[in-house]
Amino acid sequence: MELNSKIPAGPLAEKWSNYKASQKLVNPANKRKLDIIVLGTGLAGASAAASFGEMGFNVKIFCIQDSPRRAHSIAAQGGINAAKNYQNDGDSIYRLFYDTIKGGDYRAREANVYRLAEVSNNIIDQCVAQGVPFARDYGGQLDNRSFGGAQVSRTFYARGQTGQQLLLGAYSSLSRQIKKGSVKLFTREEMMELVLIDGKARGVITRNLVTGAIERHAAHAVVLATGGYGNVYFLSTNAMSSNGSAAWRCFKKGAAFGNPSFVQIHPTCIPVHGDYQSKLTLMSESLRNDGRIWVPKKKEDAEALRAGKLKPTQIAEENRDYYLERRYPAFGNLVPRDVASRAAKERCDAGFGVNETGLAVFLDFESAIKRLGKDVIEARYGNLFQMYEKITNDNPYNTPMMIYPAIHYTMGGIWVDYELQTTVPYLFAAGEANFSDHGANRLGASALMQGLADGYFVLPYTIQNCLSHDIQIPRFSTDLPEFKEAEKSVKEKIDKLFSIQGKHSVDHFQRKLGNIMWEHVGMGRTKKSLEEGIQLIRKTREEFWKDVRITGSKDEFNPELEKALRTADNLELGELMAKDALLREESCGGHFREEHQTPEGEALRHDDKFMYVSCWEYKGEGQEPELHKEPLVYENIKIAQRNYKE
Amino acid sequence: MEKRGLNLTLKIWRQENAKTKGAFVTYPIQNISPDCSFLEMLDQLNEQLVDKIERPICFDHDCREGICGMCSLYINGRPHGNDTGITTCQLHMRRFKDGETIWIEPWRSKAFPIIKDLVVDRSAFDKVIQAGGYTSVNTGGAPDGNAIPIKKENADLAMDAAACIGCGACVAACKNGAAMLFVSAKVSQFALLPQGRVEAKERVSNMVREMDQLGFGNCTNTKACEAECPKEIKISNIARMNREYLISALQK
Repeated sequence: MELNSKIPAGPLAEKWSNYKASQKLVNPANKRKLDIIVLGTGLAGASAAASFGEMGFNVKIFCIQDSPRRAHSIAAQGGINAAKNYQNDGDSIYRLFYDTIKGGDYRAREANVYRLAEVSNNIIDQCVAQGVPFARDYGGQLDNRSFGGAQVSRTFYARGQTGQQLLLGAYSSLSRQIKKGSVKLFTREEMMELVLIDGKARGVITRNLVTGAIERHAAHAVVLATGGYGNVYFLSTNAMSSNGSAAWRCFKKGAAFGNPSFVQIHPTCIPVHGDYQSKLTLMSESLRNDGRIWVPKKKEDAEALRAGKLKPTQIAEENRDYYLERRYPAFGNLVPRDVASRAAKERCDAGFGVNETGLAVFLDFESAIKRLGKDVIEARYGNLFQMYEKITNDNPYNTPMMIYPAIHYTMGGIWVDYELQTTVPYLFAAGEANFSDHGANRLGASALMQGLADGYFVLPYTIQNCLSHDIQIPRFSTDLPEFKEAEKSVKEKIDKLFSIQGKHSVDHFQRKLGNIMWEHVGMGRTKKSLEEGIQLIRKTREEFWKDVRITGSKDEFNPELEKALRTADNLELGELMAKDALLREESCGGHFREEHQTPEGEALRHDDKFMYVSCWEYKGEGQEPELHKEPLVYENIKIAQRNYKE
Repeated sequence: MEKRGLNLTLKIWRQENAKTKGAFVTYPIQNISPDCSFLEMLDQLNEQLVDKIERPICFDHDCREGICGMCSLYINGRPHGNDTGITTCQLHMRRFKDGETIWIEPWRSKAFPIIKDLVVDRSAFDKVIQAGGYTSVNTGGAPDGNAIPIKKENADLAMDAAACIGCGACVAACKNGAAMLFVSAKVSQFALLPQGRVEAKERVSNMVREMDQLGFGNCTNTKACEAECPKEIKISNIARMNREYLISALQK
């Protein structure tokens, strides 16, 4: 496998312009003859498909939900970053680029991140033109808030529903193209297999989730925009149907998987409350703008809180430990997510956790309410406070919220080059599904930015450069043997799952895998925990294939079968994540190897050994995957240890 | 702190597919934590059904945090159950009493045919949006986001309307099966913003025509939609849409 990142020549700030000036285009008459399949209708998929449709390509877009508007991008709360510098606080494209590289702990590719910062401003303009109702000030201008890992206010928002509004903007544009006939929409349809013809991605096999029918779809290129794989952990802030299966199936067809162990753990989620729990709910990071995070200074206070004998409001100011403000005076409560998450774990592990399970810290608005008034806090976070109260039965205006870190986002994903093309020619990956822009840790409000950058402003250019070679190639027939073969393998896999007739439900195994992942491949990783984790995952995978029970039949609407297919993939993906974490003998961003920390407990990188993207190549069933390295070269940024103290 | 679990009797609508007849089936369930969500209660029931080698109950759900609009249960005669401003996934079992019988049905409306059990087909909503729920701008070439100032008041009202999650509770609650709240929320969002005004007339007439053709009923101002909307979208949006529609019709 050859990894060619295809970074254009020239100075950093000119690379993207140079690329666009010299790339190949496809003329309108030829675009009509070319088909593109887009998998997923989140920000990346919907924006890409809408743009392709506008340009004149024939597009087929697929989602597993009943409507493209349900994709999990919709749940992003806080906002989207852009280097507009409307606040005149010193922001610039370079600074957004710099913050993103630094926030990612120097494990992302310079050229891609610079391009992301460069197009960030176009995204805001585009969304405003679509009628996205961003928050505005009394002068009618766009409003901003600050987010973790930045010292400027560059985050644009639409109340606590920014992801929803941006997704609905992309969905609207997509709907317009569906009406025009340039995009054909397939709902409740799941990607089962990638079809390669002469080593190029030329189609997919899907399963109709209503009828169970296995279908073949051909195209000249395939775009994977199916999001991340956080649900390998079972409990995460992802939606129930979010899954990494499509990406995993592409991996097994030759697409390299980049940095699979890089997982983001979000510091502000509602803590776990029972065995029956199906997911964890995120409370937006924007709350850290005004909320202060603390635990008691005294262990006896923490114990009394856990026993329900003491209320948080009864603990005097001097007995509270605002540990983020104490440890990181310069950034305080607005340190990046990985730093905030680890600090919470550190306090709870030391015995200062504040809820029944001892796995929670306070996020307190008392001083903000005193300073700004309840009205201002309500205007800023009203819907989040309401959501918190509905779930926990506690009113955050009167008592501090309780929060704990949870799996939220996967920085790792399918490896892509500068054009967002994977190691399988004609297969592209966009949004959370690719590994690219966030390095080892993503900053808040950057996921929306990346999804839309990829879909609106990168793929529409780069896919033309690729398809310009194919203008003579007629549409592919789905009767080709490659399609028959792929369909057969999907049907065999489904039959095999049904033939097991075991004793345990799919959820039993997914929950078990989730526990292993959280305990062994979670927030703090060690060589021992990872080695044990790999053994446990393998054991669970064997048990699954011997003992899983799927009721119902394959030819019907059958959520148990859907889950079984995903869990089967997760049981393999989990192992690769652990292997990648084991290999990376350093701490960086969200990947924290306990053996590698500074005396103050901060992540300790080993740039001499690990300044590369780990790219894994599938070598066949039962074979060890092969590691390839893409070295990361920093020409424009001075590498430093991340410091949020000064 | 050990909390006492709830013992409940569930009466759940089961239906093989769109062509077969459905019926209520009774399922007792024990020891449900008051802190768990309604959907987590159904997860537990399904786990028990799988244990007994029975088919689990199909229901739509996804984000489980009240924003995707996928969940769609009619619980004890109310869309999303007995609370206001929530989706089904945000309904918690502490709202129920020990020993209670709970009736669970799918959305029932001509425009939302049942697919299986509690799952319905809401693609009609997508079709209404496809008829005009957008501004006709292509990617690229948009002017600076601050080029056209927008009054905060209008931006806020547009956001109120845009908060719609497209779940269909308004249609399910309406005795006429009208989609007026859903359609008017989208019409209003764009009507309130300068970017949307350009095509306001065509938009409202196209969307209303599509809505009528898809089999949604008419509005008789019972306000059931507003009462059951999980995002508390106001019926003043319907008034705004009617005004927009009238202007559009008169100026043709």
